[in-house]
Amino acid sequence: MPVKCKEEQRHLTARVEGELDHHQAREVMEELDRRIDAAQPRDLTLDLGGLTFTDSSGIAVLIRTYRRMGQIRGAMRVVNTPPQAQKVFQAAGLERLIRFE
Amino acid sequence: MKVENQVTLEFPSRSANESFARTAAACFAAQLDPTLEEVNDVKTAVSEAVTNAIVHAYPEKLGKVAMKLRIKQDHILEIVVKDWGVGIADVDQARTPLFTTGSEERSGMGFTIMESFMDTLKVRSTPGKGTTVTMARKIARRAGR
Ligand SMILES: Nc1ncnc2c1ncn2[C@@H]1O[C@H](COP(=O)(O)OP(=O)(O)OP(=O)(O)O)[C@@H](O)[C@H]1O
Ligand SMILES: [Mg+2]
Repeated sequence: MPVKCKEEQRHLTARVEGELDHHQAREVMEELDRRIDAAQPRDLTLDLGGLTFTDSSGIAVLIRTYRRMGQIRGAMRVVNTPPQAQKVFQAAGLERLIRFE
Repeated sequence: MKVENQVTLEFPSRSANESFARTAAACFAAQLDPTLEEVNDVKTAVSEAVTNAIVHAYPEKLGKVAMKLRIKQDHILEIVVKDWGVGIADVDQARTPLFTTGSEERSGMGFTIMESFMDTLKVRSTPGKGTTVTMARKIARRAGR
């Protein structure tokens, strides 16, 4: 599974690994949905340190996850974004919506 | 412009071929001795074009996708991604950032990314006949080679 989660007192950390393209996106999205539903976290840290590639499919995953967290009034931040992914997210102006650290 | 080397790949519109296509493009580009950033830009643009052919061109069946990789004079890498699918009625509208006919799994940023990661992008499409995306990127000549 390309998503590894850690949960501590309604703080959820999800580490996404490998190539997040259209082929992988649905599985990652469904797993994130499941984890968020189960944990109802106050905040989510999305760790992209193990991401080796992404494209616009990753943009959709981030936006959708951000909205899911908004629906349950939780916060979200994205950490350890590799340069290739950062360039993709920047092209979409994602840093205006989502907190990258 | 003189073509100095070229390769053509054909594959069915299966999503597993997205990673194959961008890896093949990266391998082909290697003969131009690109930087890591240049390779990643090319891979990202190829991923967008091929994913579009897989997701949008053949919504309910498998179809043929072709990718032509060319090296032209002046260290220019040209990539042509072609499908024989449903086509695009209004290409200008399709190229607008955030425009999508896809589900919420799509963000409408594919063409915008191809445009910003490559030097040129041409889209030719005929509804019912298919789409051809042609993009090019000059790979800088580096000192010391
Ligand atoms: N090969 C194609 N065949 C048919 N329609 C296409 C093709 N490529 C793009 N389109 C149309 O152009 C629109 C915009 O494409 P673009 O790649 O910019 O965004 P997207 O694919 O919808 O979303 P994203 O790429 O962000 O996941 C698509 O929604 C689709 O309607
Ligand atoms: Mg697209």
